[in-house]
Amino acid sequence: MGRVRYLGAKVAQVLMTLLAVATFNFLLFHVLPGDPIRLQARAGRLQPEDIARLKELYGLDLPLPQQYLVYLRDLVTGDLGTSFTFKKPVAEILAERIVNTVELLFLATVLVLVIGVMAGVLAAARRGTRSDAATVAVSLIFWSLPTFWTGLVLIFIAGVWLHLLPISGMTTPGAHFASPLAGFVDLLRHLVLPTITLILVDIGQFVLITRSSLVDVMTEDFILTARAKGLSPRTVLWRHGVRNAMLPVVTASGLYVALVIGGAIQVETVFSWPGMGSLIYDAVMRRDYPLIEASFLLFAVTVILVNFLSDLLYMVIDPRVRNA
Amino acid sequence: MSAATTIGPEQDRGRAAAARANLALAWADPIGRAGFILLAFTFLLAVVGPIVFPFDPKAVGKTAADILRPPSGVHWLGTDELGRDVFRETLAGAQVSLLVGLLATAISMLAGTAVGLAAGYSRGRFGGVMMRITDFFLVLPTLPLIIALAAVVGQSLGVIIVVIGVTSWASTARIVRSQVLSLRERVFVERVRALGATDLRIAMVHILPNVLPLIFANTVLVIAGSILAEATLAFLGLGDPLHTSWGTMLHSAFTNGAISRGAWWYLLPPGLGIVIVVLGFTLVGYTLDRILNPRLRSR
Repeated sequence: MGRVRYLGAKVAQVLMTLLAVATFNFLLFHVLPGDPIRLQARAGRLQPEDIARLKELYGLDLPLPQQYLVYLRDLVTGDLGTSFTFKKPVAEILAERIVNTVELLFLATVLVLVIGVMAGVLAAARRGTRSDAATVAVSLIFWSLPTFWTGLVLIFIAGVWLHLLPISGMTTPGAHFASPLAGFVDLLRHLVLPTITLILVDIGQFVLITRSSLVDVMTEDFILTARAKGLSPRTVLWRHGVRNAMLPVVTASGLYVALVIGGAIQVETVFSWPGMGSLIYDAVMRRDYPLIEASFLLFAVTVILVNFLSDLLYMVIDPRVRNA
Repeated sequence: MSAATTIGPEQDRGRAAAARANLALAWADPIGRAGFILLAFTFLLAVVGPIVFPFDPKAVGKTAADILRPPSGVHWLGTDELGRDVFRETLAGAQVSLLVGLLATAISMLAGTAVGLAAGYSRGRFGGVMMRITDFFLVLPTLPLIIALAAVVGQSLGVIIVVIGVTSWASTARIVRSQVLSLRERVFVERVRALGATDLRIAMVHILPNVLPLIFANTVLVIAGSILAEATLAFLGLGDPLHTSWGTMLHSAFTNGAISRGAWWYLLPPGLGIVIVVLGFTLVGYTLDRILNPRLRSR
């Protein structure tokens, strides 16, 4: 029963947050600096009669509350407007691009989680040693790297200097592959540098969070009990320590999505990866406001939904929440 | 425990002594000391550098041969895509990056502390609403938010500072609130309340000073984030075109093909500048947080 109520409260909270984001977006792009027409006028040049015609077209002659309702209705029906530069519905462009971003982020995310948690556990298990100190220091250095610059340096080293790997795009332009396998290998080669960049800049915080959480848990009484029972150090560490240290890591994974979206924008820009990130960059460069607006909305909704999922996961693995 | 005491109705002199003791603890830590040294180095470069080696943005090259020249006796770090001196440009960029980082953090701290105090101290619905707003900003993805704001509002240094400031206060508000929640139930707060102190006075005079040390550690980390945010924004072409920062330099290097032309002298100085200053603030912030955060102090 408590579980159902908890779930209901969470769902209500997510719906409220989604509505708040939509409202925020409406205020930011439609009310705050002016309306889409003024934004468009700033991007190019418009005659007064054009402005009047466009106002009617966009429904900007309506009173504000009514515009808001129209905006919400369009959102719910998936109508995100038309891109200035692509001259296509924004929703269509997003659908094409989002697949490529997921493709880019999937491998990096898995590796960041696995390597980051392992390194954090190893450091915590050897707390106070030189290798622990080195792990913390290296994590802090990685944490301080600007994503875009790390990508540029990798491009310089592996692409321009050593000519080892492709530095741009998803596939070799104009290439014809003898087999699907050869095409897949080509894609993997394009994935190497962006993936390494994302791992380098995002891994530090997982190492540090895992380490500090595990160090915390290992000082608890039940660890002492487990040791006193005569369990092997390995069993104590993994079965009793790591298992209980994972809660902050799950929370961090929820927040990681916000981080990795920032990473994707920079990495895709630097490596010309045709995903959501380079899309928002191009949209900013060309002042394509409907596209900027929809990209921001999509990113925000993604983060909210993933945080919701991490809350649900919390409910599954933390008995205190489960039985509350 | 004694040197790192942050909570309790101390007198001002005791508090100043505690602050000095905490800084001494941070200096004694190898990670903290490395951070302080990196910061001293950066501030020296940013303050003294442009005086000794002033940068003239109009001193462009006269022929195509002056463009993207490798380091030489005349240009210690080579020239950029307009034939200007990269060494001097990097020093000038340090000033802008630090200035934006510090001012944006000031905004973020003031907003975060005010919201955190209000949300933690006020009982009832107001505090709840403040916390909902905080959670909302906490969940928004920062970089897309900054991009959207900068793209809509404009591209001057002032706008960039405000945009970074208003998008980074939420985590501070959360930290402050949780501290205030535990503080306001303490006996000394009960006592001054019994003496007839107003809520505002209790919050400002009796609670805020006890939260300050933790805010300080958080501030140092937020500065690191703000400098990174400015660099990223400028790299993505949303910087102030009139003020050279490390981010705008890397934007020019990237969009003018300096990397594929092998101009490492244009790629490394501004990037290493960002890494050094961000690392400096991160190391100091990490160390202070370990010393001051009551939950972490036992380690």
